[in-house]
Amino acid sequence: MTNFVNLWVYLSGSPLLWLTTTLLAYLAADAISAACGRHPLANPVLIAVTFVSIVVVASGTSFPAYFAGAQFVHFLLGPATVALAVPLVRHLPQVRRALVPMLVALVAGSATAIACAIWLARAFGLDRAEILALAPKSATAAIAMGIAEKMGGDPALTAVLTILTGITGAIIVTPLMNALRLRNYAARGFAAGLTSHGIGTARAFQVDPLAGTFAGIALGLNGLLTALLVPLLLPWLLN
Amino acid sequence: MLAAIAALLVCQLIGEAAVRAVDLPFPGPVVGMILLFVLMLARAPLPAALGNTADGLLQHLSLFVPAGVGVVQHLELLSGAGLRLMAVVVLTTLITLAVTALVFAALARLLHADALAAGKPESGERP
Repeated sequence: MTNFVNLWVYLSGSPLLWLTTTLLAYLAADAISAACGRHPLANPVLIAVTFVSIVVVASGTSFPAYFAGAQFVHFLLGPATVALAVPLVRHLPQVRRALVPMLVALVAGSATAIACAIWLARAFGLDRAEILALAPKSATAAIAMGIAEKMGGDPALTAVLTILTGITGAIIVTPLMNALRLRNYAARGFAAGLTSHGIGTARAFQVDPLAGTFAGIALGLNGLLTALLVPLLLPWLLN
Repeated sequence: MLAAIAALLVCQLIGEAAVRAVDLPFPGPVVGMILLFVLMLARAPLPAALGNTADGLLQHLSLFVPAGVGVVQHLELLSGAGLRLMAVVVLTTLITLAVTALVFAALARLLHADALAAGKPESGERP
């Protein structure tokens, strides 16, 4: 028993345990997703998050202690974002040809995301703090939190809603696009990245490299446009 | 591989520095992406493995797991209005996806620009 306690004291103090847990949970989740024929509902992120959360909660570990190990995976989001330039250059001719549809869809989609969130939140009787956290949730988490904070919202609630928007979009994008009979993978990817930022982009790369490329462009552009539009639309839509 | 990761990190580092220096409303990695894009267009000498390394990183949804676990830890923020907040999230996501994709596809068809964008032969639904 003392041996076990000593082992636990060692493991819980080192990043090794939670880094390994995160990677193993993801590998297991990915295997389940593959076994389900990559069905959208078997989203590997959602499954892995569930596994890890069960272990973290059951072992009485605090989130900061978990994150001390998991931050090494989280950190790679930065270089992965930089890496989006590679498929962008690779698909440059297609991107050039789609410039007009892309820019119009960007403005339409970004305004829809913000206005819909505000209108629906008001219709459901949510309060001002919750509306502020909902408005920027299609932008990538870092930008959305910055916008909400600047407008007087709660960045933590914004982060939660942003990531939930990411996972929701990654799950429903494929069945929705199939139901709409949309075969244009540039359009499908662009919608996934605009609506569901990084998580939608990662999903798009799973489906098709061209979809992933357009998702990456949408992720970048919508981050910027949301930062511009939320302060403009919010006072107008709140009254 | 190592050289490729170093190249990505250098771009990110310059991006983070630029964001702080000029107070841009962007995350540093997005500026890093624009920098790498410009470097590639200018045919700057970049590591040969950059393509493979980028593909490897971009295939990895695992990167979002820690943030997702963070959300689970903060689910109490959703208590009270949780169901209504979730309803707004799901409905907005659905509507935004549909509007964006439909506008894009309709304009692409109108401008005959979808020949390339549609890319591959229409071989039924993909996963």
